[in-house]
Amino acid sequence: MKKLLALILAAVLCLAACSALAADLKIGVILVGDETEGYTLSHINGVKDAAAELGIPENNIIWKYKCPEDQTCYDAALDCIGQGCNVIISNSYGHQTYMVLAAEEYPDVTFVSMTGDFAALTGLDNFKNAFTKIFQARYVSGVVAGMKVAELLESGELSPEKQPNSFDADGNVKIGYVGAFDYAEVVSGYTSFFLGLRSIVPNVVMEVNYTNSWFDIDKEAAAAEALIAKGCVIIGQHADSTGAPAATQKLLDAGNLCYSVGYNIDMIPTAPTAALTSPTNVWSKFYGELFTSLMNGEAVAADWAKGYEADAVKITALSDSCAAGTAEKVEEVIAGIKDGSIKVFDASTFTVGGETLTSAPVDMTIMDWATMTVAYAGETYEAIVDGAFEESSFRSAPYFALRIDGITEVK
Amino acid sequence: MSEQNKAIHEPLLRVVKRSESSMKQKIVVRAAAILLALIVDALFIFFITGLNPLAVYTTMFQGTFSTAMRFSWALRDLASLLLIGIALAPAFKMRFWNTGAEGQVLVGALATAAVMVYYGGKLPNWLLYTVMCAASVLAGALWGFIPAWFKAHFNTNETLFTLMMNYVAIQIVACCVNIWRGQASGLGKLNMKSKAGWFPQVFGQRYNINLIVVVLLVVLMYCYLRYSKQGYEIAVVGESENTARYAGINVGRVIIRTMIISGALCGLTGFLIVGGRDQTISTSTAGGNGFTAIIVAWLAKFNTFTMALISFLLIFLQKGAMEIASAYALNDFASDIIAGIILFFILGSEFFINYRLIIRGSHKEVC
Repeated sequence: MKKLLALILAAVLCLAACSALAADLKIGVILVGDETEGYTLSHINGVKDAAAELGIPENNIIWKYKCPEDQTCYDAALDCIGQGCNVIISNSYGHQTYMVLAAEEYPDVTFVSMTGDFAALTGLDNFKNAFTKIFQARYVSGVVAGMKVAELLESGELSPEKQPNSFDADGNVKIGYVGAFDYAEVVSGYTSFFLGLRSIVPNVVMEVNYTNSWFDIDKEAAAAEALIAKGCVIIGQHADSTGAPAATQKLLDAGNLCYSVGYNIDMIPTAPTAALTSPTNVWSKFYGELFTSLMNGEAVAADWAKGYEADAVKITALSDSCAAGTAEKVEEVIAGIKDGSIKVFDASTFTVGGETLTSAPVDMTIMDWATMTVAYAGETYEAIVDGAFEESSFRSAPYFALRIDGITEVK
Repeated sequence: MSEQNKAIHEPLLRVVKRSESSMKQKIVVRAAAILLALIVDALFIFFITGLNPLAVYTTMFQGTFSTAMRFSWALRDLASLLLIGIALAPAFKMRFWNTGAEGQVLVGALATAAVMVYYGGKLPNWLLYTVMCAASVLAGALWGFIPAWFKAHFNTNETLFTLMMNYVAIQIVACCVNIWRGQASGLGKLNMKSKAGWFPQVFGQRYNINLIVVVLLVVLMYCYLRYSKQGYEIAVVGESENTARYAGINVGRVIIRTMIISGALCGLTGFLIVGGRDQTISTSTAGGNGFTAIIVAWLAKFNTFTMALISFLLIFLQKGAMEIASAYALNDFASDIIAGIILFFILGSEFFINYRLIIRGSHKEVC
């Protein structure tokens, strides 16, 4: 009896201690959008899922929606601290420059600037960056698209006779991509998508249309329509709205041959027959690790970047439009990425300016372009390691900004 | 009103201008307006959002008053809005409809930012601040001078002219931001490393410089409009240009001079926003305050002290709406409606202060 009592007591104490730790953590979340926008929604869900799993009460999370990338972000961070938050998360790149100011002033509070790129260079031990290795999931989504193109070629539905517009002068199949901006993040994304696709269908070319906005339904739709008009049979995307998949569905219904690979969210509800899949981030993996470390009083790395090895990225459910055998191929590729036998940026699979890459120095320095001075000095690393470009190893934010052969950009 | 006349045609409702409302009347009308607003808002909150109206009102109040920091932000934002209101006052008193404050603030802000970018770290601090200030005042003054000159010489429509100048300013700012951001995705803070051109803290508060300037200008502008010869000229030109001419006032010169002052003060606001608050520039630096300030100046009938009260009310409502949206995870349109209803009733009460309604068959006032 005494033993049992002691056991119960110990269990209760432990539970109390655990929940006490969970209750101590107060989280401020600064979001560039709200639940109506896929990118922000995936962060909201990520934080909520991680908190629920760790027993962090909902009242311990303060949400700041639709925070623009200006002084408002700094105010929002300080306001969260005023309400007792000891960790502040912001989800947009442009928040970083305001988060770092708050981080300098409040050394006891942990600041995480998601998708940011200079936390490690600031020398502040309470300022962090995190990003998933989303390029891995983009590669896999490229494989899915490649399987579809292969099926269309095999069935004869896609042939130079039937669809002359979909082939370039050299007989390559045309692929389209709707990109937000011409930064490394997008370049890294579309390159990995293209390489995944080309691993299945060797003779493809891709055109990237930029919208110069992260979220613009009309522009993304217009970009997709322009690409399909040029003959592109697959429309990939790295922008946050449903504009491109919706436009692709509309044109597919109108008799064009075109399919869509989305981003962030399952696009099947938007484009029931045109959507194939979407690469997406599983932010809860990061948030779970972050909250656990903070509750246990452990150090948080300045940069966090994980992919399939931690299930931090995935592709959404394959649609009925996907080619037969896609699921098995996807399993195989994911396993290859996990065990290292497949490297997304394998230097033997692409050329830059006609040359195979043997060296790719990447400079982590952050410039202040207005005054042409160094904002944060960083080291230069050799990114080609063991015959592949090492993405997201030297910092979490992508830095692959090379323009490989076979892809053209329209600005 | 003769009995005969009344029998022939008297409308159901007539609007009659009050000669002069007593202080008591004004207070009663305003209090009634706020009470009605709160009741209508409570209905909206309860039936549409399903929240407890009293809890929502408490949250709204907390948007400005819950912490010292929030209060200081409210004062900071009030300073920007009020300064533009002060800048507009002389122009509006002259019946010159300056709808270009947004652009005048932006060019002032742009001039400040340009000085920070090109001279930051190259000039001693005191000189850098002086050049930033002078550049912004000159830029704003120029933006005010152009439409005034055309008005004085060709009698162009100043409302449209100043409005269009806003868009010119916005485009120039967009272009410069695009150049300065270089290969980065956004401009971020200017001189992040050196912090050159960033206002220092005085008396332990970050935004005190902006507040001190605005308090000074409230008093100065009040005296300028009320007691100076130039203020009198502005009033005369505003009442009647012909009277002004008859009195020997050079109307064109007064218009140009007043608009230079108005533009210069807007430019100064741009300087305070960039140096004291944002340390960066974007097309939304003025944040629509250039238009909101028109309401401020107009409602206050160009009395700068009343302007301060009205600015505070507007900022209070804005902060309250934001806090409601955040605290209840409400869509921000819903919280804007809550703040908007209050504003609507307060603006509406002005009508009942200046006019009274007379219902047919009775001489009883309804207000």
